Amino acid sequence: MSAQKYSLSGRPRPTGSRADLYVWRAVRITSIALFVLALAHFSITHFVYEVGDQSAEWVRQTRWNSIPLRVLDWGMLMTVLVHGFLGMRTVMQDYVPSRIRRGSLIGLYVIALLLFVLGTQVIATLPMR
Amino acid sequence: MTQGSSPLASPQKLRNYPAYRGGEGMVAWAFHRISGIGVWAFIVLHVFDIWLIGANPALYDQLGKIYSSAPGRVMETLLGAALFYHALNGMRIVVMDFWPALTIFHRGLWRAVWVTFFIFGLPGAYIILKPIWEMAS
Repeated sequence: MSAQKYSLSGRPRPTGSRADLYVWRAVRITSIALFVLALAHFSITHFVYEVGDQSAEWVRQTRWNSIPLRVLDWGMLMTVLVHGFLGMRTVMQDYVPSRIRRGSLIGLYVIALLLFVLGTQVIATLPMR
Repeated sequence: MTQGSSPLASPQKLRNYPAYRGGEGMVAWAFHRISGIGVWAFIVLHVFDIWLIGANPALYDQLGKIYSSAPGRVMETLLGAALFYHALNGMRIVVMDFWPALTIFHRGLWRAVWVTFFIFGLPGAYIILKPIWEMAS
């Protein structure tokens, strides 16, 4: 079968640019990990524990009192940044006028970098006790 | 432009294809985009609020009070709905993108998304919203 240009599901698999094809694949592969990670995260923070009980102290002493849990949450952060920001890239490429598209995308990547730094910093440096 | 027998291979034929003139495929796509943008906006806020645990724990605790207030719980329910829909429909997209032959089942998959959404979503919404009634009584 020749290259499929239209899809009934999501965005068709890109055929023109290699970078776009990698983005397309990355969004789908991270989605499978996030189906487990993000839904488990939402269930833990809303169904297993009560939102009102999760103070800064509680996060420090209970939620993040082990290195593996922090590594897992950091992994989820990385996956969500890849998925969320590449997804937003696609959305912006569709709607942002070409005149300001480049600048807007750079702004988007700056926000991604900022979240990467803030998230990594708090996971790596927050004292356990 | 003859590209095999698939109606998806030819734009001329696609124009006659009803899926993107309304119908399940288009609604699924629009909801997926809207829910994705909503979840993305929350994640920007959420990474920042978690960062506050280290930088300003008192401010984080204050934010936590907003999250667990009645309006906060309504917002969380909407967030959960957006996340859950996006997750379920996302798996529908992955199935059809990696195994295009299964696209013929796209309406059935779309119905399965909504059945799953309500079976797990309604009890979930109840758990998140229940404290509002407890606050009121």
